[in-house]
Amino acid sequence: MSASVTADIAATDAAMEAPTPGRDFYVRGEHHPENGTLLGFWLYLMSDCLVFAVLFACYGVLGRSYAAGPSGADLFDLKLVAINTGFLLASSITYGFAMLEMQQNHKGTTLFWLFVTGCFGASFLALELYEFWHLIHEGATPQRSAFLSSFFTLVGTHGLHVTFGCVWLVTLMVQVVKHGLIPANRRRLICLSMFWHFLDVVWIGVFTFVYLMGSLA
Amino acid sequence: MTAAGASHDAHGHDPQGHDAHDHDPHDGTAYHGTMKHYLMGFVLSVILTAIPFWIIMGDVFRSPVTAAVVVMVFAVAQIFVHMVYFLHMNPRSEGGWNMLAAIFTIVIVVITLSGSMWVMSHLHQNMAPMPAGGHEMAPPPATPVPAKPSHE
Repeated sequence: MSASVTADIAATDAAMEAPTPGRDFYVRGEHHPENGTLLGFWLYLMSDCLVFAVLFACYGVLGRSYAAGPSGADLFDLKLVAINTGFLLASSITYGFAMLEMQQNHKGTTLFWLFVTGCFGASFLALELYEFWHLIHEGATPQRSAFLSSFFTLVGTHGLHVTFGCVWLVTLMVQVVKHGLIPANRRRLICLSMFWHFLDVVWIGVFTFVYLMGSLA
Repeated sequence: MTAAGASHDAHGHDPQGHDAHDHDPHDGTAYHGTMKHYLMGFVLSVILTAIPFWIIMGDVFRSPVTAAVVVMVFAVAQIFVHMVYFLHMNPRSEGGWNMLAAIFTIVIVVITLSGSMWVMSHLHQNMAPMPAGGHEMAPPPATPVPAKPSHE
């Protein structure tokens, strides 16, 4: 009795072992290319996170070296930063709406929400450029002190990311208008949404670490 | 295929057109969010943004150290809110690789940030003491100090 059971088990084991590797291979092969892009893009974002970590560390070390120049408390206009934060947060939620409309296959509303997102992104950039222009006009240039060098590098890198995000957004809007919500465009929109939300995450670090804590001293 | 091709000619002419049916649900499920999810994330982030700005702009705490710590706690909370509600992080996405990469990155970021600040502040403390109000380093004690009684 027991011998026959073990024999049965051995037989089923053998039966299961023999064909599965081939089947497994095919199933995985079908899944792989599609998930590959999103995972790869995620890895890119993580490496970008390291770039920002280094810049944050740089600011953390140099952020109090004013060289007898102006400090963050003298320079930062927190109301402006609050408005900017609002712009970026609003652009995050409108991009979320665009993704929801994309899932519903509504091309027109997807484009509308992407456009709103782009407007918020552009407003953010405009306000940031105004802030930079104002600082430089006051003599608080990147050359003035180590604090200002690291400030402009960190915030400027973030602004550059937002700029490229906006360029990418416009490119994708043209693509969606021309080709519709085809799988390739959906994948690109998902990648850009990850990029956009990631920039908002970095901005949380910037407004907390640079602006709010810089205004304390 | 024919119906889809007739209604959307972009699909019909696209070489990947017939893949659309196989892959559409995947795109949806790989990155699904709901209106409730997004709104929840948005409301939470607005709250978590407004409070730190209020703390700093309204000078709520007397000690700047307390204010800095509280503001940083809010920032960390908000980063988690964004990762869960906007970036749709969960331990299952991409078979766990997303989470693994994120954890690895967080570890590296924490080491980079805290390590740099710790080492550099330590070095700073070990620098030659500066005269009060001066901006240059104290002269090196290479010249022997004359051993005469101080008349100050």
